[in-house]
Amino acid sequence: MIEFKNVSKVYGNGVRGLDHVNVTIQDGEFVSVIGLSGAGKSTFLRSINRLIDVTEGEVRVDETSITGANKKQLRKIRCHIGMISQNFNLVKRSTVQKNVLSGRLGYYSTLRSILGLFTKEDYQRTLDALERVGLADKLHSRSDELSGGQQQRVSIARALVQQADIILADEPVASLDPITTQKIMTDLKRINQEMKQTVVVNIHSVELAKQFSTRILAFKSGKIVFDGLPEELTGEELKRIYGRNILEDQKNED
Amino acid sequence: MTRSKGSMKRILVGALTAAVIIYCAAGIDYSGAASFSPKLALDVFQGLLKPEWGYFYDGSGEDLISLLLLTIGIAFLGTAIATVLAIPLALVSAANLWKGHTLVPRIGKLVCNVLRAFPELVYAIIFVKIVGPGPFAGVMAIGVHQIGMLGKLYTEEMEAMDEGPVEAMMAVGANFWQSLFFARVPQLMPIYTTLSLNHFEIAVRSASTLGLVGAGGIGAPLIFAIQARGWAKVSIILLGVIVTVFLIDMLAGVIRKKLR
Amino acid sequence: MKIKDTVHYDWYKKVLIFLVILAGIVASAVVTEADFLEVMQNRKQMYLFLEKFMKPDFAYIPKILGPMMMTLKMSVTGTVLGVLFAVPIAFLATEVVTSNKAVTFVVRFILDVVRTIPNLLLAALMVAIVGIGEFTGVLTIAVFTFGLVSQLIYESIETIDFGPIEAAQAVGANKIQTAVWAVWPQVMSQIAGYTFYALEINVRASTVLGYVGAGGIGVMLNSSLALLQYGRVSIIILVILGVVAVVDFVSETIRRKLR
Repeated sequence: MIEFKNVSKVYGNGVRGLDHVNVTIQDGEFVSVIGLSGAGKSTFLRSINRLIDVTEGEVRVDETSITGANKKQLRKIRCHIGMISQNFNLVKRSTVQKNVLSGRLGYYSTLRSILGLFTKEDYQRTLDALERVGLADKLHSRSDELSGGQQQRVSIARALVQQADIILADEPVASLDPITTQKIMTDLKRINQEMKQTVVVNIHSVELAKQFSTRILAFKSGKIVFDGLPEELTGEELKRIYGRNILEDQKNED
Repeated sequence: MTRSKGSMKRILVGALTAAVIIYCAAGIDYSGAASFSPKLALDVFQGLLKPEWGYFYDGSGEDLISLLLLTIGIAFLGTAIATVLAIPLALVSAANLWKGHTLVPRIGKLVCNVLRAFPELVYAIIFVKIVGPGPFAGVMAIGVHQIGMLGKLYTEEMEAMDEGPVEAMMAVGANFWQSLFFARVPQLMPIYTTLSLNHFEIAVRSASTLGLVGAGGIGAPLIFAIQARGWAKVSIILLGVIVTVFLIDMLAGVIRKKLR
Repeated sequence: MKIKDTVHYDWYKKVLIFLVILAGIVASAVVTEADFLEVMQNRKQMYLFLEKFMKPDFAYIPKILGPMMMTLKMSVTGTVLGVLFAVPIAFLATEVVTSNKAVTFVVRFILDVVRTIPNLLLAALMVAIVGIGEFTGVLTIAVFTFGLVSQLIYESIETIDFGPIEAAQAVGANKIQTAVWAVWPQVMSQIAGYTFYALEINVRASTVLGYVGAGGIGVMLNSSLALLQYGRVSIIILVILGVVAVVDFVSETIRRKLR
């Protein structure tokens, strides 16, 4: 469960990234976060695992306050939160296996991990995670030899190997073609339904948000201006959020 | 309107540059050119065309081959020491590793800049006084100078690298050292190796001159030969230096290709 | 669990590289009679040095300014001279202008040879031929710059846009006309950039050329060191540092404007 209690984030230059945000996300939800660029989507997502520090309020993950956690506690909490990004964030020159395995780093002491002494169980978990995303045969391939869609799936495998309860995805399909986009979103949906993991996705395609999520949050200028079911997101609401009926625009583009 | 302004600016800049150049050129004492006699130059060139092949190898340990190998050894050890020590220096000097504490990286960068500001020759002279004449002084001189040069380059690469994978490591719960080894090192290793290799090439060139001040290698015999006007010896040494640098450059090129 | 299934599957590669480098280091250490303990033992001497260096002789500055300006003038003149010769030769070294591969090969080979000679050795050679003095320094810098810049220029010629060249050839221009009208305008600003890059390197290098008699502030450096006047040595180095920093700054600003 993710709770935001009166959270605000003011950047050094005075820009309000988040403005008194109050929201609770239950386990097992598939939440899409939409809004214009700079509306606060990224800040919101990154506050969940404290990659961004908030200036006011409290963020709680599974009953534990992440804003108040010290370094050690923070590491522990992050072990259970997986993250995938638009740029995949894989170490390009490392093998797929090493990239996925690095998802378990939070469970190791510094020395053991640097010497590469991972447990047999973790190697097996890596293989299992890759099988789930259909890339078991690429175990020892260099990560930059894979296509964009495959790299994103390796990224998902890394989140899976963490055995995370929550998966955060920051524009995961923004740099992928339409077919791969569907594949990735379907994978995320499958993980959400089969493994009961909470998924929070930043996405700029309203169509995809409506297609896959159980709940949609819309941000504007750091505030949540819509919080409800995909069906409730009508053209009227979109006009409020974006200033125009984005859905029509995106449909016309295709 | 803007067009004529632009070309006015260009003409002004051009005139200024020309003026500076002429001022500099005029300030040189050209008396050297007067004492230059074509016959002398011809003598020299003729002498250079007959290399003293006997100097190539005579088993004495003071011959060309031995000294060239010594020179390469000086360059290699110096660069190796510098590489090893430049890495921690870069860790201290890279601003993106010290978010919020700007003092530490500034000090680190200052150390780099101070170390690389001194020409290697000056270091060589100093180390000759500390550890005595010989190749080791050359090693130290190259080593210390390269720590500054490599330190600055390593820092620049560290600051310019892709932070994405690092962020991913943080998100997974890794600590600073883990993200260093799993996200930063794999990205930087090829670049650092190339930079070290480049500086090894440069070091071979420097090492062949440091002998001038007693820091060992082929430099001393060369300078003595030049001053004694023993052109045959000069030419064989120069030939040796040129071939050596050439071979090292080629070797470095091969290794660079393997790194892709 | 087999090692080849883990992240250490290429361990033999890593071990091999490590051993090769280790062998190189050991061999070099033996050959150069490296004795790090000696450095430790003699560290008192080093501290003594550092102490003397910490007290720069500021009163000596007026005597330095003259030679320092001379060194600068030497560097500028030498650089410009070198670039002036480098440009036409660089054009010859590219297949773009001369489609004769033999010519290109020969020119590049000569340039490689010139570039391989360290410039202190070049200076010593020049001094022996031409005699001591700033003029020799100018010549050394010119030759060094010539070798350095010509490669940079011909490499950049090879990467330009071929459109204008084809257009020139299509209207029947000969090699020289193509070079002037299609190639030159594109590489012009890059050549200016390289000139400043060479200037930065040359200012640094020229400070020591005087050591072998090629004029400039290196001569004073040499004499101060010989006389063990370390206070003077450190003020000379400080002045050199200052000048190099200024030249670097000016050069960076201009190169940025050129982009």
